[in-house]
Amino acid sequence: MSKKVKALPAADSQANSVLREIMAGDPVRIGLSILLGFIIGGIFMIVFSEDVVDSWSNFGADPNYAFSAVWWSIQDGYGALFYGSIYNFNADDFISGIRPLTETLRFAAPLIMAGLGVALTFRVGLFNIGATGQIMVGLAGATFVSTRLELPQILHMLVAVLAAVLAAAVWGIIVGILKARFGAHEVIVTIMMNYVATALFTFFLREPAFLLEANGGGTPKSDKPADTARLGALLGESFNLHYGLIIAALSVVAYWWLMERSTFGFRFRMVGHNPTAAKAAGIKVENTFIWALAISAGFSGLAAANQGLSISGGLTTSIEAGIGFDAITVALLGGSRAGGVVLAGLLFGAFKAGASSMQVAGVSPEVLGVVKALIVLFIAAPPIIRAIYRLPKPGPKMIEAMQKAEKVSK
Amino acid sequence: MKLELRNITKRFGTLVANDNISLTLEPGEIHSLLGENGAGKSTLMNVLYGLLQPDAGEILIDDKPVKFSGPGDAMASGIGMVHQHFMLIPVFTVAENVVLGNEPTSKLGRLDLGAARKLVKEISDRFGFDIDPDALIRDLPVGSQQRVEIIKALARDAKALVLDEPTAVLTPQETDELMEIMRGLAKSGTSIIFITHKLREVQQVADRITVIRQGKVVASPSPKASASELASLMVGRDVDLEAKHKPAKIGKASLVIKDLTVLDDRNHQMVNGVSFEVHDGEVLAIAGVQGNGQTELAEAILGIRKVHSGSILVSGNDVTKSTVRQVLESGLGYIPEDRKKDGLVSEFTIAENLMLDGSFTPPFAKGIQIDFAKRNEIAKDLIQRFDIRTQSAETLAKQLSGGNQQKVVVARELGRELKVLVASQPTRGVDVGSVEFIHEQMIAARDSGKAVLIISTELDEVLALADRIAVMYRGKIVGIVDAKTSREKLGKMMAGIAA
Repeated sequence: MSKKVKALPAADSQANSVLREIMAGDPVRIGLSILLGFIIGGIFMIVFSEDVVDSWSNFGADPNYAFSAVWWSIQDGYGALFYGSIYNFNADDFISGIRPLTETLRFAAPLIMAGLGVALTFRVGLFNIGATGQIMVGLAGATFVSTRLELPQILHMLVAVLAAVLAAAVWGIIVGILKARFGAHEVIVTIMMNYVATALFTFFLREPAFLLEANGGGTPKSDKPADTARLGALLGESFNLHYGLIIAALSVVAYWWLMERSTFGFRFRMVGHNPTAAKAAGIKVENTFIWALAISAGFSGLAAANQGLSISGGLTTSIEAGIGFDAITVALLGGSRAGGVVLAGLLFGAFKAGASSMQVAGVSPEVLGVVKALIVLFIAAPPIIRAIYRLPKPGPKMIEAMQKAEKVSK
Repeated sequence: MKLELRNITKRFGTLVANDNISLTLEPGEIHSLLGENGAGKSTLMNVLYGLLQPDAGEILIDDKPVKFSGPGDAMASGIGMVHQHFMLIPVFTVAENVVLGNEPTSKLGRLDLGAARKLVKEISDRFGFDIDPDALIRDLPVGSQQRVEIIKALARDAKALVLDEPTAVLTPQETDELMEIMRGLAKSGTSIIFITHKLREVQQVADRITVIRQGKVVASPSPKASASELASLMVGRDVDLEAKHKPAKIGKASLVIKDLTVLDDRNHQMVNGVSFEVHDGEVLAIAGVQGNGQTELAEAILGIRKVHSGSILVSGNDVTKSTVRQVLESGLGYIPEDRKKDGLVSEFTIAENLMLDGSFTPPFAKGIQIDFAKRNEIAKDLIQRFDIRTQSAETLAKQLSGGNQQKVVVARELGRELKVLVASQPTRGVDVGSVEFIHEQMIAARDSGKAVLIISTELDEVLALADRIAVMYRGKIVGIVDAKTSREKLGKMMAGIAA
């Protein structure tokens, strides 16, 4: 018990203060990181556009064309992203015009739910990268209920969602206990738990006793979820959007209430900012870690339910679709705040929705992967963004200055 | 060497930390730089040491302008700095520490420790430092470690020494010895800038005094000025240094410590069989030099550190094995020695900090929700009652001055129903004006019948507040004496000599 207590005062080491700055997410810095990501992504599109390469290798022939080719390459790329994720002006009617936006929402919903989970642990001062594993376990729970149980409409769905949440929460609690009782570092533990969960889910999918489809062949795949358990269409059959969006919206409200209004959230934030002060204020820091990881994993479980209960076919592990990993980025980008996570989730949802139309427009959608990665890179290295945009460094000097300003003003 | 800072101005954003400050240091002079925390002393010294570049003004050595782009330049020009926190490697010997970064080498670049030893011996003998070059730093008392720091500077031919709050960690006797050393150095021609906020020491040793307030030089009083004159110059208004006491009305013993033994993180016995009682309506102050177990004692009382043996009773209830929350709820208020680490969440607002330990129960909690209306109401009331200078309750704690931060902690702890108050270093790093206010609050708590335990390394504070004084040395109580005990006697006790 006493060993990890001693580790706590080290929370103010330099590495941790950088980590805390990264996780705190200053909106200006995040906005600038996104902007810079798009700019550099644009450079990639220019450099790899065949038109641009052709026109510049014959620059003397038509300089105007060379310059406009640069412009068109960007317009094609990001234009396709817009058409594919927000509104398609080339569509015949409004219904198909607005379809891309509903796709963005559909992709954003699980990202937001898992993103909230990761965000919660960030605010408790834990760097949790276990959403992937929690989603895998949640999928196993949801799929077991949706394919093996027979329950009435709606109730079946609710039980399946609950199964996903509980399964994921158990996965989170394991991490919490390992950290709180034995001092294991959550980063290592969550990474390893991701491998275990993925393997476990695959094992379940192979086992006839658990999830393997009834008339299955050799591939690890489940039956399709029972109709009674499925998340129904939200806007009628012409859209793919389903009730997962409503669950996501409720999660956002729940997260906001928990973190900003409830006494639990107050203690979570206290532990996140200053665990030693929290201890002195009578809070059991270790138990707080366990609770936070459990609730966090619960949110990931909701993302799992969203995935597992919305598809029309059988499940394979690919249903996770990188959400667990993107969730980390979404939480970082959203500054771990409810509103921020929604915006970040929508942005990443738009990337997913727009990727295919970029491909159609002849622009490699991998550029979006580059943009995403760059945004994270810039957020994770605050000094880079400060140097590029010449922002002041928050630090003792600035705090000192603010303190004195305060003194002078009184 | 004559050192002159001429019209130094240093800005941080819109704030002027040093506003046109001029300062002359004559050879062989002890020049005392007096000012509250945040007055701009450290900024000025960082400019002098090359750590900061001034926005205007210049530094002159023997009337020639110089430019320092880093501490290396300053050291090369003969300026030495002894920091408040020692920059020594505990497992190295004195000689090794002194030459570190500037090692004498024999042929083939081999480290010449013999030369290092000789150097230390020579300097030590010349000024009567009494330092063994082969002693390991970790085996030396704090006062000697400080002398090693001074030797380090002298070994690099420092002609001007900057001593930054050098007495903070010393016993009164060690302080006197340091004063002797300073005089000896000055006599031999070394000039000294002596940064402090302790008025007595300034009066004792300074040849010249410069008082800085809000970044400006406000006065250069004569060294013969009285303590209250100096304090008024520092604060900018009249200050009453003595807290007013009514005679104590002593009640039952509400905090009883019996044979308490506490270990630190490395399992060293830091508190060793300590027993004392604090009665309702009295202030018991624990005096002692830092690091003699006071920190561990306070932490054990609150329950953030495990008690090894012995017992702690708060108004009759045994809380030896209780959780922190149970201890707090038994009616104990706690002001930690390091408010930034244990007392505040700097990223939280004042209102949030005022409910730090109240999130479990009403009035702050309504079920599992925070009662925002109540919270804001209480915050408004406490801000007013405890004179927290802020524009709103939503200001972040980190934006407050040290004094106001401490008032937030004091307000939170005294703002609820208490039986016992434990305050560790209640005025460390706090401006003189707030010290006065916080002391009044401690006395008010005592007068309202609470048992008050004050742990302080500042003898002035102990003498200003205590009804009885317990002196702690190496984990033991050397003795519990009356508040009228002389400084000399207390000083001896702080060095472990029983009364």
